[in-house]
Amino acid sequence: MAAIRFTSVSKRYDNGHDALRAVDFELESGEMVFLTGHSGAGKSTLLKLLTLVERPSRGEVWVGEQNLASLRKHQISHYRRSLGVVYQNHRLLADRSVFQNIALPLQIAGYSEDDIGRRVRAALDRVGLLSAENANPMALSGGEQQRIGIARAIVHKPRLLIADEPTGNLDPRLSLDIMQLFEQFNRIGTTVLIATHDVALIKRMKHRVLILDKGRMRNV
Amino acid sequence: MSKRAQSSARGASGHRITRVDRLKHWLARHRYEATEALRRLLQMPLAALMTLSMLGVALAVPGFLLTLLVNLEQLSPAADLKPQLAVYLKPGIETRRIDVISRELLLRDDLLSVELISSDTGAQEFKQRTELGALLDLFENNPLPAVILIVPRDSSTGALQTMQQSLFAYEEVDSVELDIEWLVRLGAILGSFERVSLILSVLLGLTVLLVVANTIRTLISSRLEEIEVSLLIGATSGWVRRPFLYAGFWYGLFGAVLATLLIYLALIFVESPLRELTTLYLGGFELQWLGFQGVASLLALGSVLGWGGAYLAVSRQLTQFDAR
Repeated sequence: MAAIRFTSVSKRYDNGHDALRAVDFELESGEMVFLTGHSGAGKSTLLKLLTLVERPSRGEVWVGEQNLASLRKHQISHYRRSLGVVYQNHRLLADRSVFQNIALPLQIAGYSEDDIGRRVRAALDRVGLLSAENANPMALSGGEQQRIGIARAIVHKPRLLIADEPTGNLDPRLSLDIMQLFEQFNRIGTTVLIATHDVALIKRMKHRVLILDKGRMRNV
Repeated sequence: MSKRAQSSARGASGHRITRVDRLKHWLARHRYEATEALRRLLQMPLAALMTLSMLGVALAVPGFLLTLLVNLEQLSPAADLKPQLAVYLKPGIETRRIDVISRELLLRDDLLSVELISSDTGAQEFKQRTELGALLDLFENNPLPAVILIVPRDSSTGALQTMQQSLFAYEEVDSVELDIEWLVRLGAILGSFERVSLILSVLLGLTVLLVVANTIRTLISSRLEEIEVSLLIGATSGWVRRPFLYAGFWYGLFGAVLATLLIYLALIFVESPLRELTTLYLGGFELQWLGFQGVASLLALGSVLGWGGAYLAVSRQLTQFDAR
């Protein structure tokens, strides 16, 4: 079964800019895939359609057995809880501890306090930062912050993990570490889609690559 | 989340526990958000105090006016109060003639009561009731006219006017005055005072709503990142609204507490002049304070307006995050 399926998806913004033009592709469940292309090629737009920050102008986006077009406004929040999303600037909240940052998706989904404690520590363990629990995220290094961002994305065990330039601010060695972390989650069955323009890094990792060029998908 | 729901849906007993758990979690969440909102409010005492004073004044003015109104309504004519006509006779009329007139009036069946106050009785009462009694001694003869107080059966304005005219048939009658006129006038004054208070209350209630909305808007702009991140990881709009609704609630509630204090201070300030004014007309006067019901309504109103103002502010912000 396809984890993600785009069928002739186009996105034209209100200002007339065509970000995506008739994009077709599929991601198999359990697959790890890189999405690349120059900046402005439409990578971010494609991810925004998956997280329902934007809606397509034409075409259909399917995630699992769900046609995203059929989701009403009040269903969007529930849909988003099935995803894990990692951002380039990690988007951690500076006014709370590492623990509180990672706990946020669980609190939103309604987990009990005990459950939250266990799961947050498990997630911290997975990214190798168990000792940082009580630290303020802003006191950590860039690489550590991104690991916390990943811990927050996987703490509720999503089926689909999406990352938007997760290594954009990191040096090559740290970038490789982060990518290997994603591979670990992929190995236990999580479908992973990573948007990145780090071509050197992509070449070192043996995964399928999707290339966007001015809104069109080149090689699938 | 979905996995959990599936596994719990398998067994009926498991499902019930989940529901209780969910309710517990929901309550715990609300308690957390309420105390957290309170903590954040107390963290910035100066800014909060400025807003609270604004809310306090905006809530105190209508509260004070309405309390004042309740007090002044004690002055308005009681329902069973019948209008009285005071028939002033010309001075120097013989006592016997006066008796005849008052007896004739007593026989009329369109009058409920007739009371004669002779000029002597009038002078005695005047001396007893006022400090100006000594003035009467300056006159050689008693200058006060005899007065006959009558209460007509029909108290409609038309009937009273006809009655007034008919009494002039006696050439001894000097003037006829309607005793209730000042009460009618007071009623009209109170009526317009009530309208003005109502309009002011609505306007100031609106002010409370807008002040809270504006305060919450500032609060939101300092937590935009948190709102956006929460929405992206699956928060409902209810979840995002909750802390701000509680903040608005606290602002409204504390504003109302402040307003209650202000109203009490203002009532203490007006108590003695109000007492003087009313004893002149009524004799007995009991100052009505806000009372339990008044305080409760004020607190409820403040909280609801605070909550509503916050709701307006957050909803406006949330529409900006909707998917296009």
